[in-house]
Amino acid sequence: MAPLSIEPVKRLRRTLAGETAPVLLFLAFALVPILAAHGAEAYILDVGMRVMIFSIAALGLDLIVGYGALISFGHAAFIGIGAYAVGIMAASGIGDALVAMPVAVGAATVFALATGALSLRTYGVYFIMITLAFGQMAFFTASSLAPYGGDDGLTIRARDTVAGLPLLASDQALYYVALACLLGCYILCRALVASRFGRVFRGARENPVRVAALGFDVYRYQLVAYAISGALGGLAGFLLANETEFVSPAYMSWQRSGELIIMVLLGGLGRLHGAIIGAIAFILMEEWLSGVTEHWKMIFGPFLVAVVLFARGGLIGAWTALAARLRP
Amino acid sequence: MSAAMLRLENVCKSFGAITVADDVTLDVAPGELHAVIGPNGAGKTTLINQICGLIAPDAGRILFDGRDVTALPVHARAALGLARTFQITSILPSFSALENVALAAQARAGASFHFFGRADAEIALNQRAGAALAEVGLAARADVPAAHLSHGEKRALELAIALAMEPQLLLLDEPMAGAGREESVRLVALLHRLKGRFPMVLVEHDMTAVFALADRISVLIYGRILASGPPAEVRADPAVVAAYLGDEME
Repeated sequence: MAPLSIEPVKRLRRTLAGETAPVLLFLAFALVPILAAHGAEAYILDVGMRVMIFSIAALGLDLIVGYGALISFGHAAFIGIGAYAVGIMAASGIGDALVAMPVAVGAATVFALATGALSLRTYGVYFIMITLAFGQMAFFTASSLAPYGGDDGLTIRARDTVAGLPLLASDQALYYVALACLLGCYILCRALVASRFGRVFRGARENPVRVAALGFDVYRYQLVAYAISGALGGLAGFLLANETEFVSPAYMSWQRSGELIIMVLLGGLGRLHGAIIGAIAFILMEEWLSGVTEHWKMIFGPFLVAVVLFARGGLIGAWTALAARLRP
Repeated sequence: MSAAMLRLENVCKSFGAITVADDVTLDVAPGELHAVIGPNGAGKTTLINQICGLIAPDAGRILFDGRDVTALPVHARAALGLARTFQITSILPSFSALENVALAAQARAGASFHFFGRADAEIALNQRAGAALAEVGLAARADVPAAHLSHGEKRALELAIALAMEPQLLLLDEPMAGAGREESVRLVALLHRLKGRFPMVLVEHDMTAVFALADRISVLIYGRILASGPPAEVRADPAVVAAYLGDEME
């Protein structure tokens, strides 16, 4: 079957070329705290952590939007549920990450399974609307949690301990925990997409009827992917609550869900590291532009329109096109 | 005919006032190639869709290998070995030809809730996919994205996908549709080679192909089986000639 396989050398070179961007990204993340020590350390670490936390949620979203064409418009709910799990447990005296993290991820997963089971009966615009509706339900539920601050949110007295030790107390430590989580999620998503499971899921994006006619129950594959995506949101929520030591219904507003979609589109849909690049670009531009002018969205909005119109594959697509043009 | 691989019993289906299956009873014996012919709008594709599970009949039963599958969804019937091709080519456009077929092989290989390990590096699946591609003459096009294949190649790819499913029964919905003269000849030769390996239901407008391939032919007109039997018998049936073949055989 000689003509079926690409020559090994070519394949290796192609693999390495494909890995440059993710390797550089993670190297940069790892170096940020070292460089931050020479500048406005607290501020830089705060921005870096937010970038990584939203990268995790955006990764989860890219998994279902980019590879499954399941446009979830309620994804912030998973972050919120993860964050509230941490906040509510802290308020009840359970402040250890060994409990809080699994509970946060588990709660988001259960919410994803329950809402996904219904949402995935629909498709297209209806799927977008029903996920938005579930997201809003979560938002209003959080707003009405009077014992936990209602609209005002809930302050967490201290970050979670790890097996009783205050290991997350320093920003550096939490930063590297967030980085480890992001790396783990990225590797997990990469593996998922390439696996047997991922192949069925990707096939269902292209032609669900064909994939069903092969003997696959498309619904089950989509539900599992949706639950995994929700779990990543829950993990992001766990980290966000610990980073800010505060939870609020605003974490799960529909604007947040929209921002996650923008991050995925901005970086480049269906690339995984595109979601990370999108989160970096979104949060850095937000930081920079909001420092320049109060009306920063007047600049950011048209920029997004330009990216969507002129760079089909997001920032990665623009870069690839530019590199191809510059190459002799 | 208790040994029939596929049996339709009094299947009825209408869309509003239009009846597309009117008390259809039909069976397909093991190894048989059973052609269903009839004018446009006779309900041939609807019949295929009911057999594979995309459309539920209003009344009647569908038995596959002796088992009532009337209530089973598409994927469950496919898992039992009921494969089909589509009238309008249905493939995964961004997947390579090989991956299209390897996914079908994967469906046959059991569990797909595997979250780790690269599916495209699974040698057993790729070998089976490669063999199916070779069978339909697409071995040299294995790495080409399916979207870039010619129309005839896409038709052949659909057949390779069906072959990799190792079907117990294959439903062919106008496999020659839109294919050129030469491609049609190649497809007929291919179906000839496959004949006997598993039973097939062939819906086709190309009468030369139908009469060259079929063991039995059923004529469907306005959702009703007008005649059913060996090709020579159907060709000679005055009712069939009057209603359909009269124009087609000119």
